[in-house]
Amino acid sequence: MTKARVVVIGVGNPYRRDDAAGLVVAQRLRQEAPSHVTVIELEGEPTAMLETWRGAHAVVLIDAVFSGAEAGTIHRLDAQAGAIPQELFRYSTHALTVAEAIELARALGQLPPKLVVYGIEGKDFSAGVGLSPEVEGRVAELAERVLRELPDAAEAGA
Amino acid sequence: MRSRTIKVDALARVEGEGGLYVKMRGDKVVDVKLNIYEPPRFFEAFLRGRDFREPVDITARICGICPIAYQMSSAQAMERVCRVKVEGQLRALRRLIYCGEWIESHALHVYLLHAPDFLGYESAIHLAQDHPDIVQRALQLKKVGNDLMILLGGREIHPINLRVGGFYWVPTRKDLEPFIEKLKWAREASLETVRLVATFPFPDFEQDYEFVALRHPDEYAITEGRLVSNKGLDIDISEYDEHFVEEHVQHSTSLHSRLKERGPYLAGPLARYNLNFDKLSPLAQQAARDAGLGPVCRNPFQSIIVRSVEILYACEEALRIIEEYEMPDKPAVEVRPRAGTGFGCTEAPRGILYHRYTIDIDGIILDAKIVAPTSQNQKIIESDVDYFVRQNVTLPDDKLTWMCEQAIRNYDPCISCSCHFLRLHIERE
Repeated sequence: MTKARVVVIGVGNPYRRDDAAGLVVAQRLRQEAPSHVTVIELEGEPTAMLETWRGAHAVVLIDAVFSGAEAGTIHRLDAQAGAIPQELFRYSTHALTVAEAIELARALGQLPPKLVVYGIEGKDFSAGVGLSPEVEGRVAELAERVLRELPDAAEAGA
Repeated sequence: MRSRTIKVDALARVEGEGGLYVKMRGDKVVDVKLNIYEPPRFFEAFLRGRDFREPVDITARICGICPIAYQMSSAQAMERVCRVKVEGQLRALRRLIYCGEWIESHALHVYLLHAPDFLGYESAIHLAQDHPDIVQRALQLKKVGNDLMILLGGREIHPINLRVGGFYWVPTRKDLEPFIEKLKWAREASLETVRLVATFPFPDFEQDYEFVALRHPDEYAITEGRLVSNKGLDIDISEYDEHFVEEHVQHSTSLHSRLKERGPYLAGPLARYNLNFDKLSPLAQQAARDAGLGPVCRNPFQSIIVRSVEILYACEEALRIIEEYEMPDKPAVEVRPRAGTGFGCTEAPRGILYHRYTIDIDGIILDAKIVAPTSQNQKIIESDVDYFVRQNVTLPDDKLTWMCEQAIRNYDPCISCSCHFLRLHIERE
């Protein structure tokens, strides 16, 4: 039996304040996640994202979002359950957004058996480093929630 | 009289944030504005006071799709100040990584951003639902370009291995060998791409453009050459500021660039192709002819064919460079600062990218100027939209809006680069 490939992907721009939230969570999980989990930080280049989860059984993706909800709000989306709302991920430096990359993968039949997207509501996407206190304050909880997805993920792929 | 406004608040499938506003009174177009509201980024200002070796890494940050263009224009400007020439295999490696950027950037634009316009799909996702094989090919082609950038640049976005004088690290022949098979596949895939896009429906549209591109005696110009046009321009890049001027316009955070004597000009794949057709490889020339293009193409909608021909050429060039590669003794030429002003101009995927720096004897930057391709094409884009709307006033708003966006995407505008961009408004009175 082959071991399930489990991938955690943090997406963001480290120099656009709250946009870095996905990266910050990924960095934390690099320390905390079990050894069968691969943790990857991406700046959001969409084709690289598709490449990253090729062959994976379970993927958890974390990115900052801007939907108008209260800063720090954690959204959980199951890509297998339906289309990812495009308006959540409006900002991409690379012509396709995270949501578009996921939908592209779905159209191509390359969606992993499990793909969960965690979005954390940001408020400040201006140039600079450091998260807003509202976002920073939810990082530990979000990392914990991602970790709780993972054993399931491993089992799902096992 | 009935007036109409066509307004696109945020143009899709372009890089960066901007919009288009078209106002019509009856059948007359009153106003066309490309609004670029992406915030300006002040790169030129904060480069002042920094070391002359820094712009290579700092300006790479201007664009996630064409960082190599920024790195090469800035490195070469500094090398020119310091009277250093990077030649032989180091020069070849620079051309190789630039080919990677052309393949990656053009494949993204041709297939994922522009092809859906011609095939009547809202996006690449919708295209992928009906034609997964086409989109699969696009992604694989793009990946070949990205992989070249990763090997030679350290990573595909904002590479870190280029420097003034050359590279920090150079590959062995063995490092490059795996690319031979990949590039042979990519060459076939790009031939298929040219054949595919040649079948797209193109509106009958052309204007009397002035095309501006680099031209080099020995090669299809990418990393260096003289600045030439089809209307008599033929200058060294150091004379750029005598012939070109940038102006602020109220509706845009991006500067508008024009030729002092003649006004707007067109840079990018169409200009390169028209001015350098004779320098393309026989295979690329033949592919263009088979696709129905002559040595000159004035229809910007057909730029998608030209871009595909350039992908093919870039694959061939990359193969040639790899097959002839011999590892250089040193990864870089030593560069000592010298007071003076230097110029760098290279062919970014979207057109010429000009850098000018003045540094002092210690290599501290006193002045910096960067002119991105999208600034240069803005006036032409507005003029194309204006002309297109005047020709097609009877079209209903939704169809007209669709075609206007397509006309903008002919230029693969990179708004974030130019901001110094897209929403579309058509207003009919």
